[in-house]
Amino acid sequence: MREELIIAGFGGQGIMFTGTLLSQAAMMEGKFVTYFPSYGAEVRGGTAHCSVTIADTSIGSPVITHPDSLLILNKPSLGRFGPRLKKGGLLVLNSTLIEDETSIGGGQVVRLPATDIAEKIGQITVANIVALGKYLALRKIVSQESVGQALEVLLAKKKKELIEVNKKALLAGYEYK
Amino acid sequence: MKQLMKGSAALGEGAIQAGGGAYFGYPITPQNELTEYMSRRMLEERRVFIQAESELAAINMVFGASVAGARAMTSSSSPGVSLKQEGISYMAGCELPGLIVNVQRGGPGLGNISGSQADYFQAVRGGGHGDYQVIVLTPASVQEMYEMPSMAFSLSEKYRTPALILTDGILAQMQEPMELVKINAARSGDQSWILDGCKGRAPRKIRSLLMEEGALEAHNRHLQKKYIEIKNKEQRYQLINEQAEIMLVAYGVSARVCYTAVQEANRKGLKVGLLRPITVWPFPEKIIQELVPQVKAFLVIELSAGQMVEDVNLAVNGKTPVYFYGRAGGACVTPEEVIKEIGKI
Repeated sequence: MREELIIAGFGGQGIMFTGTLLSQAAMMEGKFVTYFPSYGAEVRGGTAHCSVTIADTSIGSPVITHPDSLLILNKPSLGRFGPRLKKGGLLVLNSTLIEDETSIGGGQVVRLPATDIAEKIGQITVANIVALGKYLALRKIVSQESVGQALEVLLAKKKKELIEVNKKALLAGYEYK
Repeated sequence: MKQLMKGSAALGEGAIQAGGGAYFGYPITPQNELTEYMSRRMLEERRVFIQAESELAAINMVFGASVAGARAMTSSSSPGVSLKQEGISYMAGCELPGLIVNVQRGGPGLGNISGSQADYFQAVRGGGHGDYQVIVLTPASVQEMYEMPSMAFSLSEKYRTPALILTDGILAQMQEPMELVKINAARSGDQSWILDGCKGRAPRKIRSLLMEEGALEAHNRHLQKKYIEIKNKEQRYQLINEQAEIMLVAYGVSARVCYTAVQEANRKGLKVGLLRPITVWPFPEKIIQELVPQVKAFLVIELSAGQMVEDVNLAVNGKTPVYFYGRAGGACVTPEEVIKEIGKI
């Protein structure tokens, strides 16, 4: 098993956190994982992205050229990374913020209104975790339980009060049809 | 227990566990995470952290702390490391240990903030003025980022010469599982030169200005003798598939790209291996010379326009073809590109 995923969106949408969370969960399952962020000169409101590779064997380059999957949370990122998706790959889109459906190549495209769902949960900032939940339901790279445990590890120190709402978001995304 | 850690933080923690007593830095991307990490952790450990007013100040603080016997370090990225070269030359001249970290970014000039390997020449050919060398170590994983400061401090003290960890923006910013293994923090080498107050003993002198007739040449001869000893004793490398017919040569992040390419090539039945220098000065020339009779070709991969390839050529000395592929200006080589290059041989 080897999965290369790029997560992209606006700075402030929790792109880096989503990548770190997935990496933490993969590590806790004993898998090999690399996480590489790109926030260069990008600022809040600009685009940010990170690359996560999860595999059963040790991983060389952490840089991903043609990802197996894309988790795209805003429209500019779709234009930038959409064309790079591997043929037959998986594209998960945040349809609340991305109406355009024309610029998508081959492969499986899944649209979910991640921001709307997050708003209904009562915390708009967990749209990233909603999207992650849907992605995990489609590509069972790590279990939902592991991500739940990883949330507890990453948020234990400073944001303990956000663990439950993130778990809710994860489940909402996972179960979204 | 494994934990997820960023390369720059792992390096910082490694330096702390190795007994690093003083860190002097000045901000520059993509190594700010290291300075930030040290600003918190060094204070927690009640050690010295100073954000200097410039790169020049930082390297001269390393000089001062080292003279007084501290395990001292500084870190920067390419343009900042250029500024430190004067101080590094003075340290080499004065035979002072110390650790410099270069998280390379694209150049020349201010360049960009992507990972790069274009400072190889600067690192392994001295860098500043005068006939000198620094010991240069190149990590290729977050685990090695953690373990290498200890090796660097220890070699640097053993030979009384600065050591440099040559890494890049990709390794520094990436995260992967690593283990906080126990690190050797024992000080090595002779310490009878340290300037720690001469009450009750004869005063000591440390200087690089040698004006007496013949003194500077004698000093240079002494330095060169030391460099030859380092060359003979300290060449380090990792070899994957020693029976390979095509041997890739790459260090740091490009070695990781090559590792993926080797796996791919082996799956296709191609006899491809990887020689990863861990020290790039001293360059592991002995193993290259040993590989020459069996290897049909060397293929050197770098994130530069071709720098380490010169050291490979010097070691091979025309006996086997040496090919090169690289990407410059902060661009990263992909495993697919490496496989394509292998196909051309």
